[in-house]
This record gives sequence, structure tokens and C-alpha cells, in this order.
Amino acid sequence: MKPGVVMFAWLPEQASTVAGEVDRLFLWMLAFCVLILVLTVALVVGFCVKYRSSKKRDSEEELLEGAKQRRLEYLWIVAATVVFLGFFGWSANLYFRMFKPYEDPLRIYVVGKQWMWKAQHETGRGEINELHVPVGTPVELVMSSQDVIHSFFVPAFRLKHDVLPGRYTRIHFTATKEGSYELFCAELCGTEHSEMIGRIVVLSEEGYEAWQGRSGGAGRFAEKGRQLYENLGCAGCHEPGRLVPAPPLDEVYGRSVALASGARVEADRQYLRDAILAPNQEVVAGFEAVMPSYREQLENEDIDALVAYLVEKGAAHE
Amino acid sequence: MSEAAETNYLTAGSSLRSWLLTRDHKRIAILYAISITAFFLVGGVAAVLMRLELATPGGDLVASATYNRLFTLHGVIMVWFFLIPSIPSVLGNFLVPLMIGARDLAFPRLNLASWYVFMAGGVLALGAIFAGGVDTGWTFYTPYSSTYSNGYVVAMVAGVFIAGFSSIFTGINFMVTIHAMRVKGMGWFQMPLFLWSMYSTSLIMVLATPVLAITLALLAIERVGGIGIFDPAIGGDPLLFQHLFWFYSHPAVYIMILPGMGVVSELIACFSRNRIFGYKFVALSSVAIAALGFLVWGHHMFVSSQSVVASLVFSLLSFLVAVPSAVKVLNWTATLYRGRIVFSAPMLYAIGFIGLFTLGGLTGLILAAVAVDVHVHDTYFVVAHFHYIMVGGMLMAYLGGLHFWWPKITGKQYSRRWGRVSAVLVFLGFNLTFMPQFVLGYLGMPRRYHIYAEQFQLLNLCSSAGAVILGLGYLLPLCYLLHSLFCGKPAGSNPWSATGLEWQTASPPPEHNFNGRPSSPGEPYRYDRMGKEGGSAEA
Repeated sequence: MKPGVVMFAWLPEQASTVAGEVDRLFLWMLAFCVLILVLTVALVVGFCVKYRSSKKRDSEEELLEGAKQRRLEYLWIVAATVVFLGFFGWSANLYFRMFKPYEDPLRIYVVGKQWMWKAQHETGRGEINELHVPVGTPVELVMSSQDVIHSFFVPAFRLKHDVLPGRYTRIHFTATKEGSYELFCAELCGTEHSEMIGRIVVLSEEGYEAWQGRSGGAGRFAEKGRQLYENLGCAGCHEPGRLVPAPPLDEVYGRSVALASGARVEADRQYLRDAILAPNQEVVAGFEAVMPSYREQLENEDIDALVAYLVEKGAAHE
Repeated sequence: MSEAAETNYLTAGSSLRSWLLTRDHKRIAILYAISITAFFLVGGVAAVLMRLELATPGGDLVASATYNRLFTLHGVIMVWFFLIPSIPSVLGNFLVPLMIGARDLAFPRLNLASWYVFMAGGVLALGAIFAGGVDTGWTFYTPYSSTYSNGYVVAMVAGVFIAGFSSIFTGINFMVTIHAMRVKGMGWFQMPLFLWSMYSTSLIMVLATPVLAITLALLAIERVGGIGIFDPAIGGDPLLFQHLFWFYSHPAVYIMILPGMGVVSELIACFSRNRIFGYKFVALSSVAIAALGFLVWGHHMFVSSQSVVASLVFSLLSFLVAVPSAVKVLNWTATLYRGRIVFSAPMLYAIGFIGLFTLGGLTGLILAAVAVDVHVHDTYFVVAHFHYIMVGGMLMAYLGGLHFWWPKITGKQYSRRWGRVSAVLVFLGFNLTFMPQFVLGYLGMPRRYHIYAEQFQLLNLCSSAGAVILGLGYLLPLCYLLHSLFCGKPAGSNPWSATGLEWQTASPPPEHNFNGRPSSPGEPYRYDRMGKEGGSAEA
């Protein structure tokens, strides 16, 4: 850190739409904790001084007993419960809003692996240990891990979520302030866990466009997926009229699909991902379980690209 | 007095064999005390090394691989080989039969077996550490532990697996003893509160520990046999491990604090020369904590991709489990009211406990608020919170209890002044170590970080300095308590003028605990009726 920069602060910077709200709840709870702590300590110390054994006193002091005592017990049980429920309600409401998905966010695929963060923008631009986003724009991260569990943690956004192998987790945020913010891995992931760090760079709208530069318009990441789709020969089965019939993929994403097992499943990104890695777990009704797993052929980023392509294909068909 | 009357459990035999094959609950308690003190020293050295490393932001003292092994060692040893057995296996073992007027526990051989099983587990865990260590953290999260880590994971979890059986043995023994062997006239609500806490703890040990055993066995099967249970690359589910692990480990948190609460109830009542305020509320809150404690494991998984609804339910239940704890704190405080308070070393530990446990519990509310937990989860805020409960709470209570019953256990008096000094030193050192970690956590410093950003250095330095004071505070009792063994004055049977059957017999107690039948106990904690002649605990 440069000399002259403030070395100490009580709160981290607030740089997302929820940061202020989280801090407000935290500070009120903290105030409550301090109040109770001070009261408890004051009572304990006060009693200790007032009722110390060395002090001479009348021996005829009455203790609280019977109904009086029980009333006091019920009083503090009810009081504690009410206050706790109040904080629960506040927190639950905030949490609910924090995790309500955005309508039409800027979507970025993030991959965690020992020990780096990789990001893929829909324009096809990729980054390592950095993530550039425009200020004031709702962003959704579609995250997965290549190996062990990691956790995507940006203190300035008051945002954290685990990144799991074999499963998409999604989080979203809207940055409110341009600048560069620390990104940590918060889940122990091996030897260099504490060096799995990066930064989130929040740019102005113009700055962000300039940064994206020539990397092409939206849809380039899906385009990479389309190329993989062709190179891997997916079309060989998944396009209509082929020898081995497979479900046409423009009719899968975003729909409720009937499975061979009789169950129904919402075909979201997770379903598409599973269908590539473990195709015979949830077979679409009317088809045979003959597709091989592509686990060995594909890097995590490739799977994301394929999924992005299939999402686009499914959405286009609607 | 005749020669026979003076024999006590310590002098009843002096050969090594008489100790290693003893079935006397008091001797087994001593065996446990020596073993867990050794484990505590091992875990403590690891903590000191970590705090030294964290004095500077760079990784200059040890390599990352070593650092990760240090905090794993610290966690595994302190949780399973110190905190869980501490009060139950040492003080509980010694006191449960004495407090109910029995000659021994219901199953003396099972009790001895529990110590051997515990030691076997401990030796295996230490072996894993010296063979090269484990770097997964004490939580063993998959698939890191099952597939990626290259440490001695299987040996370590086998050690913990085996030690778990000693918990189960002890739990069964206490439950049966408390049910079946109380002296005539001692009903459930005439029992000292320490026994209520032991009973609740035993309940958790017996019900939760098997789940840990299953979880660790599955982990070993996946690691050795390559069978996909937790690793998605071979068809498993990594979150399944977390659910199973916390289904045990959250209740285990209460194994690590309920006994402390029991000890503190005894100390506060004795040294305020007062009846415990709200006896039934304190007793039943132990049971409530034990029961509710089984329903809150999901609060360890708020950011693990558990559903929003599940998180909200677990958040609500976590707030509710705090209510019985709050009841206890308020009742202890009210017990001081109109007492005649004596500031002995055990009482200073107990008063320290109230402060530290209250802060630990209150910050638990902040963690239960799921919207805030998203930010502070897996940061130093959590580290500070659980150290306030585990160390500020349980360890303070253990030391308080040890100072209280030391005269009974050994028959010797220790230095009163040094006892008070160490209680104050531990309290101050503890706060200096862990208070800054709350701030660090909210500022965003993740836990288990070997190298950290420079802006966190000042607070880390405070914490490391506090750790030095805390370390000295812990070494002191080791010195003056051991010194008292050889040079201490005889304690007499009831140096604190305390109620409770354990104080009716000699110090140290005879082999069969009581010469003759202990008198019927009646109402517990009748300190206020002891009048002026019994009013002094400062014998």
C-alpha cells in the first residue's frame, strides 16, 4: 500500500447496490449486541461491587422468589424472542431481495480452478484473475469449478457464493462505483488458497465499451459454443433426420421436459451441463440412453460455451 | 484415625499397572486430564506458530503447505482431542458419581475402555500429523479432502472416527448413571445443574457422533476405493458431505459449550453464596439447546448453494436456539443479585466466562442473519465468534472448574494470588487476540489465509500480541497447579463451604467415594440458608 493512504477503516468500501443495506442491518445488530453486552457487564460488575462479601449489610434482604421470579423469566424469554424475530424478518427480507434474479442481466461465465479465476464474457473476451464490468448495470455470474469448491468473495459488494464442481451457481450484483475491488477465494481450496485472489474492475459505460473494444458484439461466446457443437459432431445426432435419433436441442432449453423415467425436469443451464457430462442420468422421454459423456474432451470453459450456445438456440426457437 | 481410613483413591495403589488398569472413575479422570493437557499443548504450539506467521502479511515464516497443515492440526486436535473431552471426560468423570452419591459410574470397564479408545484415536491422528500432516482444515470438505489433497487424510479421519467412540461410551455411561444411580431422595430437580448439562451433552454425544462416524467412513471409502459419493467427477455430490458433517458438527458445538455452562452455574452459585436464580429454567434450557441444536446445521451452508427457502428456515431456527442461551446468561446475572460475592480464582474465571460467552453468543445472532452472513461467512468474523464460544466460553469454564475442584481432586491448595492473576491474564489476552478478528472479518479478510492483503496487518499484529499474553496466561496454571501438588497445603474436605455431595467426603475422596452413606441432599444450592457460619467461601 502506498504511504499516505489510510491504513485503517472500520467498514469496507461500499460499491454495490446492496452494500449499504447490508451495512445498515449489520450496524443495527451490532448496536443491539453492544447494548446488551454493556447492560450485562454493567449488571455483573454492579452486583459484584454492591454485593461483595467484604461489605457489611443487613442479612434480611429478600430475594426474588415464586411468581415474581417466574414473571421475570417469562418476560425475558418473550422479549428475547421478539427482538430475535424482528432481526430475522429484516434479514430475511433483505436476503430475499439480494437473491432475486435480475430480468435481463449482463451475463458472465466464471470458472474457479486451483488457483485462479477465469471469466468469459458473452462477447467472447476472456480474463484471468480480473473481471471488468460496467457501473450501474445488473450483472449475473454463472459460476462453476473445474476441481474443488471455491468461493467467490467481493467484500466491497458484500457478496459471496461458493463455486462448486459439477454444478452452476448464480449470483448477481450491480456495481455502483467505478474503481478496482478485491476478489478473494473464501473456501479453502488447497495450498495456494490465499493467493487465489483477483480484482473486479468497475468501469464507466464508455470505459467498458472501450475495454471490450474489437472483441466483437454480444454472442461471440455462444459462437465459440457453436463451433464446438460442430467440431464435436453433436449435430450428427441432435439435428432432425439423423440415423441415431436424439432430442433436437432447439426445443430443450427453458422448457419443462418429460424424462424417460416419467419425471419432468425444468431444462435450465444445469440440466444442459449435466446432459453433456452425464448424459444418461436424465434421458428425455422417447430417446435411448446412448450418448457418451464428454467429461474428458471438454474444459470447463468449453462446457460453458456450449451451454451458452444451447441457451441461445433454445431462446431463438421460442 | 486408623491407617485404612486415610487411604484415598490416589494412595490406593502406586504401580503403573494400578493406574493403567484402574476402573476407578476418579483415576480415569486423571488419565484423561493428563492426556488432554498434552493434546492442548500440541494444538497450542500450532496456534502460536500460526499467529507468528500472521504477524506480517507475507508468507515468511512457513510455506503455504505448512501453514495449511498447522491450522488443520490446530482444529482437529483442539476440537476432538481437547474441547470435546475436556469437561465431560475430566470433570464429568470425576464428579458425576460423587455428585449423585454413587460409588462409581454404571459401567467402570466401559469408562476405562473409552480412555483407551480415545488414546488410540489420538495416537493415530498425531501419527498422521508427524507422517506429513493433513491440509484440509478440520472440516475435511470434499472433494478437496477426498480427491485432491495429498496429505494423510485417511489416517487422520480414522483417528477422529475411533476417538468418536470414546464420546459415545462416555455419553452412555453418564446417561445410565444419572438415570439409575442417584442417591435416595435426589429427584431430577434436586440435581446440581452440572449434571443437567452433562446429561444434555451425553444425549448429543450418543445421537450425533454416529453421524460423524458414517460421514468420515464414506469419505475414506471414496478416497481409498474411488467410489463416487462426494466428488461430482465420479458421480458424487459435494454438498452431501457438508450436510452430513454439520449434522454432527453443529450439535458438537453444543457438546463443547453445554458442559461449560454447567460448571459456571456451580461456580456462580457457590461464590455468590446464593441459590441459583431460576433453577428449572437453567436446567431445561440445557435440554432445549441440545434439542434445537440438531436443527440448525444449515447455517453453515448459507453460501453453499442451498436453496433460499432452506437458508431462511435455518436462519430462523438459529435465532431461536439463541433464546435458551440468553436465558442462562440472564439467570447467572440474576444469581449475583443480593448475594455475598467472593472473588476467588474460580469465580473470576466464571465472571470472565459470562462476558466472553455473551459476546460470542450475540455475534452468533449477526451470523444467523443470513443477509449479513453472506458477507462475513468464512471470514475472521466467524473465527472470532467461535473462539469466543469455544475458548472464551468452554476453556474459561474448564479452567474455572479445574480451580474449583482442584482441592477436591488433589487434596491440595494452590496459590490463590497466582490463580487470580492467571484468570485476569487469560481474560485480557483473549480479548486482545480475538476482538480485532471481528473487525478483520467484517473488513473482508477470509479465514485460512496464509498470505493476506497489507491493509489487514495492524489488526493482525494486535491479535498476535494478544496470543502471546494468552499463551502466558495458560502456562501459569500449569506451573502453580503442579507446584501445589508437591508443596500445597492440605485443602480439607470443603474449602469453599460449598453445597453438593462431592464436598461431603474427604479430599481426595476415598476409593469408594463415601465412607458410609452420603446424607440425603435435599434442595441444591441452599447457600442462602447456610447462615453466617457458612457464609465464607474464602476458607
